[in-house]
Amino acid sequence: MTVTAVRTARAARLGRLERPALTGVLVREIVNYSSYWRSATFSSTVEPTIYLLAFGFGFGSLVSRVAGYDYVEFVGTGVVATAVLFSSAFPAMFGTFVKYKFQRTYDAILAAPVDTEELVTAEALWMALRAGVYGCVPLLVAIAFGLDPSWGMLTVPLIAFLAGFGWACFGITIAGFASSIENFSYVVSAVLTPLFLVAGTFFPLTKLPRWAQIAGEFNPLHHCVELVRHAAFGWDVWDPARVGALLFFAIVVWRVAIYAMTRKLVD
Amino acid sequence: MSRELAIRLRGAVKRYGPITAVDGLDLDVPYGTCVGLLGPNGAGKSTTMRLLTAQAIADEGELQVLGFRLPEESKQARALCGVVPQLDNLDVTLTVEQNLLVFAHLYRISRAERHEAVERAVRMANLAHRRADRVDKLSGGMRRRLLIARALVHRPQLVLLDEPTVGLDPQVRQELWALIDALRAEGTTILMSTHYIEEAQRLADSVVIMSHGNSVAVGPPAELVATHAGRQAVEVYGPPAKLVEVEAEAEAAGFRTRRTGTSVSVLGIEGADGRAPEGERRPANLEDVFVLLTGEEIE
Repeated sequence: MTVTAVRTARAARLGRLERPALTGVLVREIVNYSSYWRSATFSSTVEPTIYLLAFGFGFGSLVSRVAGYDYVEFVGTGVVATAVLFSSAFPAMFGTFVKYKFQRTYDAILAAPVDTEELVTAEALWMALRAGVYGCVPLLVAIAFGLDPSWGMLTVPLIAFLAGFGWACFGITIAGFASSIENFSYVVSAVLTPLFLVAGTFFPLTKLPRWAQIAGEFNPLHHCVELVRHAAFGWDVWDPARVGALLFFAIVVWRVAIYAMTRKLVD
Repeated sequence: MSRELAIRLRGAVKRYGPITAVDGLDLDVPYGTCVGLLGPNGAGKSTTMRLLTAQAIADEGELQVLGFRLPEESKQARALCGVVPQLDNLDVTLTVEQNLLVFAHLYRISRAERHEAVERAVRMANLAHRRADRVDKLSGGMRRRLLIARALVHRPQLVLLDEPTVGLDPQVRQELWALIDALRAEGTTILMSTHYIEEAQRLADSVVIMSHGNSVAVGPPAELVATHAGRQAVEVYGPPAKLVEVEAEAEAAGFRTRRTGTSVSVLGIEGADGRAPEGERRPANLEDVFVLLTGEEIE
């Protein structure tokens, strides 16, 4: 068999969501990461840690216990969701927009045997992986400040990964529909900030009006907060449903992100 | 499925709202040849290139690349193609070697062959001494060479070059021409869009002259020139009134003419004896053909 024939036979097997295509995009991200890991790690870990220290010890000096937990423990576990959001949705929005609009990176990748579905999936997987790692940092800081470690905490990277995948796809979706980077201000102010504040990170949703509590159940960040908290302090009977909610969110926004980016990248 | 043609387009149409960028284009690129798409900005060259990588989907027509139907089998085709874009899209914070390594992965080169493929591409780009340098430290010409090497890292059967030397100084252009010429000599099939006459004339075995999204003439450069503009032309300079007069007289004598800013070119004057106007004689060229056929000026 000639080289050409081998190549053609190999090419003929190409399908959807192929591992080599996903790996290729992930390799690009990993190699790039080696050039900016310091700043990414700094922003993704320092901000949530500051929240933890400010709320945990500042506000915690006024409020000793919340929902049956020490306030530092309550915030320490809740801030994991903040770290997940900061390390997935934000880089996904800005990074995606910069890569397709200014750096034209996606044009280069799509000229190779990679399709938009694989590109979006690999990008989201990479950000979810980062969220899985960075999400643990506030927990480690909280442990350093007295949170008791537990076996359940070993599931936190997985929870952060799942939530991170959904939020990364959300960020990619926003970038896919945005016509300019200035549009992100609307999303940050009108969507992400409210979701971040009513996730149960700093205060329990039970203290909110009934309608807000119901609305909170539709907030994926809230399910991330609750799952991490239960991983640290003991599982709840509703936790499988919370995992299901995060999975549902991830799958829906993943498909929407693929649609948005295909619309953007393929004329 | 065509076995002789690396690219086969029939009636390709691509519209962007009210604008028809590609308008019923037929295009054949035989294996082992270098075909130049020549036309001014807005002629539909870049859209044609995007159609061939399925980054634009045709509204009408049949498209085949390396025997694969587009857009359905575009991924298979892209695995065997190399694309050099008009605009630099290298990862500027990565090194030369890292850029090539990333694309070795994207083009699915096996682990055993990857190192050799990167080495070969580094040598081809003549960047062995800069392999560890970040791309944002390279000159424009080096970046362009790296873009070409990146497209060749997997030894593609077909290379799509979209305006490969646009915006580069003449010396760098010459370097790239040598690189493209070497590829051509190796038998790699090349489709190259350009709006530089000299580039098409020097590198292409066959030229497709494009205007308003369609081809207006196809053939080897010398053949196109001989068919449409003859062998010799005379360039007449003078004030506008004199040029109008020369034009009228030449056309009355059965010659084809074209305006070139401050002059009139009278074409096909070989064997005209005393009937040709006085002026500067020169060989007819592809630009004459282009202007005659499209009425547009190109560089």
